[in-house]
Amino acid sequence: MTLHLAVALEGTGWHPASWREPEARPTALFDAGYWTGLVREAERGLLDLVTVEDTFGIQSTRPSEPDERTDQVRGRLDALLIAARVAPLTSHIGLVPTAIATHTEPFHFSKAIATLDYASRGRAGVRVRVSARPDEFALVGRRVPGTRAELFGEAADWIEVIRRLWDSWEDDAEIRDAATGRFVDRDKLHYIDFSGPQFSVRGPSITPRPPQGQPLVAALAHREVAYELVGSSCDLGFVTPAETADIARIRGEIPGSPLVFGDVVVFLAESAAEAEDRKGRMDSRLGRALVSDASIFVGTPAGLADLVQEWHAAGLDGVRLRPGSVDHDLPQVTRGLVPELQRRGAFRTAYEADTLRGLLGLPLPANRYAAV
Amino acid sequence: MPRKQIHLAAHFPGVNNTTVWSDPASGSHIDFSSFQHFAEAAERARFDFLFLAEGLRLREQNGLIYDLDVMGRPDTFTVLAALAAVTDRLGLAGTINSTFNEPYEVARQFASLDHLSAGRAAWNVVTSWDAFTGENFRRGGFLPQEKRYSRAKEFLAATFELFDSWQGGEIVADKETGEFWRPAGDFAIRTDQFDISGRFPVPRSPQGRPVILQAGDSDEGREFAASGADAIFTRHGTLEAGQAFYADVKGRLASYGRDPEDLKILPAATFVLGDTDAEAQEKARHIRYQQVSPATAIKFLEQLWNRDLSDHDPDGPLPTVDPVVGENTIARGRASVRMHRDPIATANEWRALAEAKHLSTREVIIEVTGRQNFIGTPGRIAELLDEFVQADASDGFVLVPHVTPGGLDEFADTVVPLLQERGAFRTEYTGSTLREHLGLKPAPTTSGKDFSSH
Repeated sequence: MTLHLAVALEGTGWHPASWREPEARPTALFDAGYWTGLVREAERGLLDLVTVEDTFGIQSTRPSEPDERTDQVRGRLDALLIAARVAPLTSHIGLVPTAIATHTEPFHFSKAIATLDYASRGRAGVRVRVSARPDEFALVGRRVPGTRAELFGEAADWIEVIRRLWDSWEDDAEIRDAATGRFVDRDKLHYIDFSGPQFSVRGPSITPRPPQGQPLVAALAHREVAYELVGSSCDLGFVTPAETADIARIRGEIPGSPLVFGDVVVFLAESAAEAEDRKGRMDSRLGRALVSDASIFVGTPAGLADLVQEWHAAGLDGVRLRPGSVDHDLPQVTRGLVPELQRRGAFRTAYEADTLRGLLGLPLPANRYAAV
Repeated sequence: MPRKQIHLAAHFPGVNNTTVWSDPASGSHIDFSSFQHFAEAAERARFDFLFLAEGLRLREQNGLIYDLDVMGRPDTFTVLAALAAVTDRLGLAGTINSTFNEPYEVARQFASLDHLSAGRAAWNVVTSWDAFTGENFRRGGFLPQEKRYSRAKEFLAATFELFDSWQGGEIVADKETGEFWRPAGDFAIRTDQFDISGRFPVPRSPQGRPVILQAGDSDEGREFAASGADAIFTRHGTLEAGQAFYADVKGRLASYGRDPEDLKILPAATFVLGDTDAEAQEKARHIRYQQVSPATAIKFLEQLWNRDLSDHDPDGPLPTVDPVVGENTIARGRASVRMHRDPIATANEWRALAEAKHLSTREVIIEVTGRQNFIGTPGRIAELLDEFVQADASDGFVLVPHVTPGGLDEFADTVVPLLQERGAFRTEYTGSTLREHLGLKPAPTTSGKDFSSH
């Protein structure tokens, strides 16, 4: 089974004090060059994909309103547009921006991800997120967050709609038939006629079926209702085992057979002591030890290679790394972890496919509307 | 006094019959390489901006998806962000509908695009009109006619407040003191259409806000543009009509405390080039026949007649029956059908035209829809464009080529150098942002409040 590696890009890194590290470039966060450089670095390491984090509202440490903290990164650019801006300047790595299903139009996102797939020539995906924060509902004038089950049900409907829309043009719909004057064969364009409690969408898309047919759909899942979403609607799930022993249980709770990557926050250095020092410095600026939904690894690239292989052997298809301080820990991944895994014969030494589905070993899917 | 400078924009060929797909040079309308080719041609020629239209539902006629025109469009924001990666100075303009989006989302996307393009974003704000398109969206979409401009105005004012919720300079990022920022972005907007509040997450972008474009010829549309737009798209093809429109719209600016140069007037312009004027005329005639195939002629006829005319002979005379008056039920998702305010009168005009010039149905349709604005040698077209601008019939043009993706190449290579020789068009970009290309003042930091107070 092939090992896959992903990196999750979030600001200057996943540690809230990472922006104060010597290598950090907090004032560049709103420049295109910053993101292009990071994704190119990930591509240099032959990683399968990057995810670009996003939230519908501004970052906050409070559960239901913006905070007044001035000592952490606040403000961000739209993840989809970051991915689009990077697409023409990269050639092999998958680009997976975050979309917030709760507040967005599936029609818009379906064509947006399809367009990202065209701009990247088959490397697009989308990581789907729900929003339960009351302050994010207020941004669009909605008042009452639904129950968790309703939010995830809406996300499942959202994914169903974007997927149907991707298929709503058959690949050979464009005919350019001079004899009849027809540009398309309308029999190969399909209404999707989705109807659900939150939205109904008629279709077809305005955007022809993207190069991958179905761009990758992913979600992060910590518990049952999200495992259900991953199993029923996604190609890829990101999960958060605290230890290797959790992996079999988690896999068992995910229905179907999507790819599953384990998330881990990483602080890397040439020696374990140095890595501890780095994290310790950031923790002291934060005023406490970092707390994360995912497991935290502090050590050398070789030590991380051991963990990655252990998780892979325990049943994960890959690992999504969350760099503690991206300008330090991403190069540690691409120039430390990756060569180490290659030495062990455990990771690719060249890109073997041009599309994200290809890298992940997913076939070109049949169109649900095409006559067999 | 220096010569008045022409502003040029390039309209990516649209999903309508102006775009000729049967031409052997016609390439993909959806592959990114086509957009890149087109943008690179526009930037090589030092154009102000590229413009991308939007349509959110495939058109239908007689209850079926309309299959005669080029179809298939990308997502506007996504393709513009990708084009920012392959261009350096070219402005990136797109239509974004204010009916099927939220002000918060649109402001967030435009502010992001403006950052990611280093100050090159522009927004053609439109308000949709029909429940037909609304069937693709959460919010449905029907808006009565009288609410259209108020919705657009409230929407635009709301986004301005969001853009201005950051004034610039809030990101301190002092690693020593640990101060990342001085909090900003708070907003609370309550209007007839919106009740939104919270904190806007995108710091002030290089242009402050995107350049605002507006299309609309009605009195309301002109007033709306005068109150807050940076450029207005028009369709006035003749010098006299252009001058009248120009004088009217520029004259409205003073009451909003704005100067004449604060709003650029940019008519759409189709063009056909040839080595001689006669050759260009012949090419133009050929293109018009490509644009209006026999099948397309019947569809146009049905749009006015508002009835099934599929058995009608395109090479024969116009139908003797009259159009069906009332709601247009034959064509959906098409703005042009609204232009037929009095179908019977229009039909009679067409009949008179057919009789006077001995025209078949197809020839009538070509006559009333297809005439290109500028036809001739590069020298002749450069002269006409310059005269138009110097005579205050416009501030420039939005060029609409008829072939994707190479339809701008010849113009860029032959006409633009002549405009530059005349001293009427830049030879190099002098600024980095689209506002600078257009000669606009920096966006005020209080636009939202100024705009909504009108």
